[in-house]
Amino acid sequence: MSTLEIHDLSISFTKYSKGLRQETTQVIHNLNVSINKGEIVAVVGSSGSGKSLLAHAILGILPGNASVKGRIVYDGQELTEQRKAELRGTEIVIVPQSVKFLDPLMKIGSQVQTSVRKGNAAVAQKKIFEKYKLKPLVEKLFPFQLSGGMARRVLLSMAVVSEANVVIADEPTPGLDADVIKEAEISFRELADNGSAVMLITHDIEFALKTADKIAVFYAGTTVEVAPVSDFSGKGENLRHPYTKALWRALPQNEFIPIKGSQPLANHLPKGCPFAPRCENATLDCLKEMPEEKMLRGGMVRCLYAT
Amino acid sequence: MRMIFSFIGRKVIRLLSLLFAISVITFILISHSPIDPIQAYIGADMMRVGPEQREKIAENWGLDEPPAEQFFRWGSSVLQGDLGTSMIYRRPVTEIIYEKFLHSLALMIIAWLLSGLIGFILGIAAAMKKDKWADRIIKWYCYTLAATPTFWMGLLLLMIFAVWLEWFPIGMGVPAGVLTENVTLADLISHIVLPALTLSIVGVANVALHTRQKLIDVLSSEYILFARARGEKGFTLIWRHGIRNISLPAITLHFAGFSELFGGAVLAEQVFSYPGLGQATVEAGLRGDVPLLLGLVIFSTLFVFAGNLLADLISFLVDPRMKERRPV
Amino acid sequence: MISINKRQKTVVISTITTVILLAILVIGLLISNDRIVTNLDSRNLPPSLSHPFGTDWLGRDMLIRTLKGMSMSIGVGLIAAASSVMIAVSLGIMAATLGRVVDGIISWLVDLFLSVPHLVMLILISFVLGGGMKGVVIGLALTHWPSLTRVIRAEVMQLQCAEYVQTSRRLGKSQWFIAVKHTLPHLVPQFLVGLFLLFPHAILHEAAITFLGMGLSPHQPAIGIILSESMRYLSTGMWWLALFPGLCLLLVVRAFDLLGEVLRSFVDPYRANE
Repeated sequence: MSTLEIHDLSISFTKYSKGLRQETTQVIHNLNVSINKGEIVAVVGSSGSGKSLLAHAILGILPGNASVKGRIVYDGQELTEQRKAELRGTEIVIVPQSVKFLDPLMKIGSQVQTSVRKGNAAVAQKKIFEKYKLKPLVEKLFPFQLSGGMARRVLLSMAVVSEANVVIADEPTPGLDADVIKEAEISFRELADNGSAVMLITHDIEFALKTADKIAVFYAGTTVEVAPVSDFSGKGENLRHPYTKALWRALPQNEFIPIKGSQPLANHLPKGCPFAPRCENATLDCLKEMPEEKMLRGGMVRCLYAT
Repeated sequence: MRMIFSFIGRKVIRLLSLLFAISVITFILISHSPIDPIQAYIGADMMRVGPEQREKIAENWGLDEPPAEQFFRWGSSVLQGDLGTSMIYRRPVTEIIYEKFLHSLALMIIAWLLSGLIGFILGIAAAMKKDKWADRIIKWYCYTLAATPTFWMGLLLLMIFAVWLEWFPIGMGVPAGVLTENVTLADLISHIVLPALTLSIVGVANVALHTRQKLIDVLSSEYILFARARGEKGFTLIWRHGIRNISLPAITLHFAGFSELFGGAVLAEQVFSYPGLGQATVEAGLRGDVPLLLGLVIFSTLFVFAGNLLADLISFLVDPRMKERRPV
Repeated sequence: MISINKRQKTVVISTITTVILLAILVIGLLISNDRIVTNLDSRNLPPSLSHPFGTDWLGRDMLIRTLKGMSMSIGVGLIAAASSVMIAVSLGIMAATLGRVVDGIISWLVDLFLSVPHLVMLILISFVLGGGMKGVVIGLALTHWPSLTRVIRAEVMQLQCAEYVQTSRRLGKSQWFIAVKHTLPHLVPQFLVGLFLLFPHAILHEAAITFLGMGLSPHQPAIGIILSESMRYLSTGMWWLALFPGLCLLLVVRAFDLLGEVLRSFVDPYRANE
């Protein structure tokens, strides 16, 4: 049994557009993914495609005009909104993208201390700072005074100090240099080894491949493939979905072939397979309806022709 | 420390340039005014004053000199702290301003504190209940207040509390016919309540609307989202990350509102015949007391400047982001 | 469907408001001063059907006086606000386009006008001009532009950096062409919004300075005059002298606020959706 399972998750927003008309946009639809204890799953997709909302939906902190469908199961029990409220910050935590998520007028030390759930907060905070090689001086700093690498460690330490079972990291590596990224890889692996289930939400496929056990490929609001990291090898023969293959081939160390076209926007999705307009193997059938999920060689894929 | 001094230094230099410009402009304007200060001074007795007497008065005040010379004479005595003699009170302008300012200060401090506090609370309440009925009522109330003439609000309070309920006297800072030594604290209080209330009621709108908007912005910020993700909620969340973060801009804004406060005080004092700076300004304007009017313009500029300086200084001292960045 | 109704509601409300405001203005202009007659038989009457706002100590009907005064105040407020907006637009454009020296001078001027309490500045100008209608209008026009100037300056600066303006410039179009084709169309709505923003301040300040005795002369029907006269009769319990005229002023200011908000929501639909 997985620690966290997400079944058929859909998120849509209602907002006013021009002329005070209401408009509903579905940003995530029929998304499935699950994470086991001690496992790192990376949800990989391009920036700005609404991946962060997945994290917010799990924690129950979506804005008021969002509506959520589908089931989220934690530890064998369905996560209701009330249960989410109880668990967030204690058993399920998030590592945010940047220091913008820290209170600008509160000292770092006190902010880390608010994440501590058991025992003496100050002691726990000092211990975690030592572990992440943060000088005691950092306690007294304000968020805007942190460097990129320091900010990364502070944000991670807030997740670790809460001793949660599920850690969701939202874009953990934006604009960081190689050393800091290396450090982040090690930290996440450590977290998983200590028994947490870790979900990395990222656009950085290289980072995901180095860190995660399983990759869930996110395209136009849904997961088109879930594959073990080992499948990302050679020319991508083991991969199941044409998008994943293209993504793999587009990496600089591989063939470095860019994918033609661009991802459809959330409010202009095609009726059938979202990737069909860009897919070389697309047929008329692909345009009819969204392909069902198939289990294939220990992974999942949404493609009519996957083998 | 050095930064604070250079900060204040820059502000003071700016103040001096503005004060100088205001003095020059005011002086030029007044010297071109069609109002004859001598006629204004003598009033109805003008018919009985002969041309010789007129000249004597003019000479006495230096009105026969060319404007530039008059300005230099006035300016150099201002630099020595002498603003001249008021024509209507026949006493030094500085003395009158000092005396009236004490009255106005009491009034303005009470109103400033009350309106700030009430406005802040209303703003927070509105933001927390955004788009609910409480928010709508508070917003409606604030917009209506902002459209209410201050002096009319004063008249309403006067009608209700002084005329109808007879809780407070109708006017005057002190009871008429009572010697200054015999004025009790209770007298003073009973005369200050209504004008202070008028000023507070009208002053609430700005702070409340500003606080509401700021708190709404903060509540939709990423750090509130993260705080919620860590399980913070309810009042703790609002207190720890909301109110702490909006109180600084609210205080700053409230200090920067000294100009409005002064204007409001002029009107409230007129309605309640409260003997403060505002009433003196009106009288100086109505009766053509040029030295007093000049003095009051300069003093009110200083007052507004003090408010702005305090606002800047507080955010400079309290907001860590304003200080030197010191990455480690 | 609800959202469409919301829009219709906005249109209906703003039409009604405009009609009422125009009606006050026109009625006030049409009523000749002869209607404000002294009638010693009906002095100091509280509100009744024949005199909804009551009468004053000379038996004059307060409703007629208020209407007359309101239309006078709206007129003065509009002239003053329009002049102020013109000053703001000219100075704002100058500050944004004529280089750093001009910009520096104009922002210093803005600071200068903001450094004296508004009402004190008005008293000063009115005093210098010898009070009366001229003093009030010029005083109001000269004191309401500073904040709007800042807004317009920022707006024009943003326009100057806009890509299509840059392109136009690189295509060799003249400053004049850019001003007429690109800048002006953006500033027309700004002008209107500015007018509706400044008007409430202008009319309230007009009433205030008249109330203080330094505005319109006591012979003119003005809300400020009516209210300052009412002060003398308040202690005798003639509450209607102050209540209704002030309430009318409040309603007119609120009405303009409302129209301004509607106008802003048309100019800037995104903000209005909040």
